[in-house]
Amino acid sequence: MRDDTITTTAKNPSLLRRFKDSHLWHSLKKDKVAFASFLVFILFVSVAILAPVLAPFDPYDPSSIDIMDSELPPVWQEDSEAKFLLGTDAQGRDLLSTILYGMRTSLLIGICAVLLQCFLGVVVGLSAGYFGGRIDSFLMRIADIQLSFSTLMVAIVVLAVFQASFGAELYSKLAVFMLILVIGFAEWPQYARTVRASVLAEKHKEYVDAARVMGFTNSRIMLGHILPNTLSPLLVISTVQIANAIISEASLSFLGLGMPVSQPSLGSLISSGFEYIFSGSWWITAIPGLVLVVLVMVINLLGDWLRDVLNPKLYKD
Amino acid sequence: MSNNQQSVVTDKNNGVEESILQVRNLHKRFDISRGFLDSLQLKGGKISRKREYVHAINGVNLEVYKGEALCVVGESGCGKSTVARTIMGLLKPSEGEISFKGQRIDNLSNSQMLPFRRKMQMIFQNPYASLNPRKTITETLEEPVKFHNPRFSAAQVKDKVAEVMLSVGVDPNWGVRFPHEFSGGQRQRISIARALTVEPEFIVADEPISALDVSIQAQVLNLMMDTQQERNLTYLFITHDLAVVEHFGTRVAVMYLGTVCELAATKTLFSTPKHPYTQALMSAIPRLDAKNTAHIKLTGEVPTPINLPSGCVFHGRCPHANERCKIQIPALIVQNDGSQVACHAIEENRL
Amino acid sequence: MSFLEVKNLEVSFNLRGKSLKALQNISFDLERGERLGIVGESGAGKSVAAFAILNLISRPGKITAGEVLLDGQDLSKLSPQEMRKIRGNKVSMIFQDPMMTLNPVFTIGTQMIECLKAHRKISKSNAVKIAIQKLKLVQIPSPEMRMNQYPHELSGGMKQRIIIAIALLMDPALIIADEPTTALDVTIQAEIMALLLDLCESNNVALILITHDLGVVSQVTQKTIVMYAGRIIEQGPTNEIINDAQHPYTQGLINALPQQTLPGEKLNQIRGSMPSLQDIPSGCSFNPRCDFVLDICTKQRPEFTQSGGCSVACHMVKAMKDAEKGHSAYE
Repeated sequence: MRDDTITTTAKNPSLLRRFKDSHLWHSLKKDKVAFASFLVFILFVSVAILAPVLAPFDPYDPSSIDIMDSELPPVWQEDSEAKFLLGTDAQGRDLLSTILYGMRTSLLIGICAVLLQCFLGVVVGLSAGYFGGRIDSFLMRIADIQLSFSTLMVAIVVLAVFQASFGAELYSKLAVFMLILVIGFAEWPQYARTVRASVLAEKHKEYVDAARVMGFTNSRIMLGHILPNTLSPLLVISTVQIANAIISEASLSFLGLGMPVSQPSLGSLISSGFEYIFSGSWWITAIPGLVLVVLVMVINLLGDWLRDVLNPKLYKD
Repeated sequence: MSNNQQSVVTDKNNGVEESILQVRNLHKRFDISRGFLDSLQLKGGKISRKREYVHAINGVNLEVYKGEALCVVGESGCGKSTVARTIMGLLKPSEGEISFKGQRIDNLSNSQMLPFRRKMQMIFQNPYASLNPRKTITETLEEPVKFHNPRFSAAQVKDKVAEVMLSVGVDPNWGVRFPHEFSGGQRQRISIARALTVEPEFIVADEPISALDVSIQAQVLNLMMDTQQERNLTYLFITHDLAVVEHFGTRVAVMYLGTVCELAATKTLFSTPKHPYTQALMSAIPRLDAKNTAHIKLTGEVPTPINLPSGCVFHGRCPHANERCKIQIPALIVQNDGSQVACHAIEENRL
Repeated sequence: MSFLEVKNLEVSFNLRGKSLKALQNISFDLERGERLGIVGESGAGKSVAAFAILNLISRPGKITAGEVLLDGQDLSKLSPQEMRKIRGNKVSMIFQDPMMTLNPVFTIGTQMIECLKAHRKISKSNAVKIAIQKLKLVQIPSPEMRMNQYPHELSGGMKQRIIIAIALLMDPALIIADEPTTALDVTIQAEIMALLLDLCESNNVALILITHDLGVVSQVTQKTIVMYAGRIIEQGPTNEIINDAQHPYTQGLINALPQQTLPGEKLNQIRGSMPSLQDIPSGCSFNPRCDFVLDICTKQRPEFTQSGGCSVACHMVKAMKDAEKGHSAYE
């Protein structure tokens, strides 16, 4: 058995095996902070994915909500009820379930928005860097213009106009998509710039010339040869961008332009609890806030670690 | 030696040597002007746009014959690599023509160029940069085979790659590894294998051994000579190392600042170098034997190709330069022994 | 006592908890004004040797044994502060890449004056005078003008001349040059090498020249050390090594040069490549590439054998010497 695995891996190592042998995995195991962050992040993600299974209540189901249960404190406080572990919010929803579902929405929006940013940024950055000249100038000026609008400003304008013209009902149905689109479009220049910079560096390496001499088409060279070599910086900024997108979404929700109260994200949960914070119901804001902070922090810590691992020259000298 | 000279001349007269590549009056300029707004300047009351160029190649004529190894020698910045890259279509010439077997190739589109890509291949200088770090060796070698032979079955592709790997002395079982797991010499073998996957007739080698250690240089050079014989290859070999040229080249073109200053059969060049620059270059090779024998000292540095000197590009460093050299550009003139030299002093019999 | 004595120098690098020996058992002497060449391919440890002599090995590397005696003072035991006084003063170093020494944001003059002032109490006008004098020494045209130029305004050959001028600023007794001309063109290379040789000869400066080019070594140096995989495998007078190399690796290096073979014929190659420090073969580290392997070569590390003026670390050479001795004793 053992011999068997060794010979097969020597011939064609599986992806998992390669990852386990890789520098990435070794350094992750060695870096305690990064490893802890990684575990917390995995925990959060799996809990979010499994929310319908794990959550004791379904916060989207109005029939399970009783207004009489509103503003119950967490179990370790007086006047609490055992079935609401972290208490309830102003509408009587179980806070734990709502946080689980909210984290799901937050992560979904964050990751999808980053995927959109990444797609747009890679397309623009790759073409700008590879073709150069006027195409480059044109695309990068557009990126500059986009960057000069702050994300929140763009989002507020677009979302407010949308809400005003199509009504809150349609908006609440499309909120997730709208947030993904708005955050995705607002931040693609980060990716475009990073990709362009690494394409410019890679483009002059001889393996690209070798591919051109082979007669490969431009798209094959761009996607098959150059793009894989620009992935490390992409990975690094992706972590930061996911954290940023989650925060953007939370801020928008807090401003009332994000997820509607009926399908709360972490941000809208924080915002909805904010009115009650001075009436003593601190947990409605504080607990989701804490979850948000921890989530963003572990993502950023992971990003820091990734940057160290993938850019040893830059950081270890 | 006289026999050899004779044979070069007669070969040409009989037309025995079949020309595989012609380069006619090749010029390449790189625009290094700054952006549009930066390059504007006031001149005589008018706003004009100042353009600056690097004159990398200035009127090069070369002909490569089938089965030979034409070496292009020169110091850094003399344009030898630019010649190689322009021939391979990596750069568009500013002026002049390049033809492969009689067909002009310098003005073709990527897709029109495709059939020529199979016949002309290139080996690069830096074995650490010329292989894609994210692809395994097999991936790197299979891609061109699949691309140029879309009808090949998976087994045929595999066979072809294995055959090529064996022929350059790389164990096909190492194919699953990534380039960083190989030493410089092995990587250069893999680079050669990649060029061979499409069965080319003509290979441009741009300083293929200058980044390697001495003992490895010999290995790679031997490999290149073996493959030349086995596959009936023609080489255009770019190098700065005259010792390698003497060993490897059939003919030699010596370049200085984007022009060919001497073109001769290897033996002729090494026994009777004529151009003052060639002579200086030859005397500068550190030899094992004689201690510092009659080293011809050149004064000054290689001028930048941005502001080309007028007349002969070498006149600033040439011990034999006179007024004519500063004004008139010398042409390549065929000498009695078949070599071609671009030098006024030779033409006037001052040398 | 010699001017420079290196005794059993050993350098180790810590990599992922494993200690790799980059340099082992390096011993040699150098007199004042003597020129020594250290030859080897990349990975042989010749640059590490140069850095170790100057006590410049930085983490994760460390000098783990041996001593470097310069005029009787052990450089390997000196503190960084004491070492700084020696470097650039008694000993200078010339690197392959001029930009390792030259700071791109300061003029040549500023850098030279800084350097002088760091080592000597000297007025600025005197420093300028010395700097210009050294620039003249390396045959730089219009040195006064060069003082105000920035490194990027100069050509490669000019930069390397300035590096040599900086190395000469404090009138060192020893210059260590690590591939000083590799980055330069052939014609410029010849000029710089001739200049360096001339300066060392006329000022009685000792020179350690690190290079992979046997041609350069044969023209410049009196003694040669050949290194392989972190060890000295052969050392002796340069002309003996070039003309009558004993160690199969040295022979291979010399024979691999294209000029040693008739044009058009196959070159004499050494098969395989230099082992990495992680997997140096047991016994003689050259044995997998050697054409003359004996049984003992894979088992036991060879000691130095005296052959003419050279010492050679090779079992085959030792066997031959022993056979010779036995033969003469028999007679």
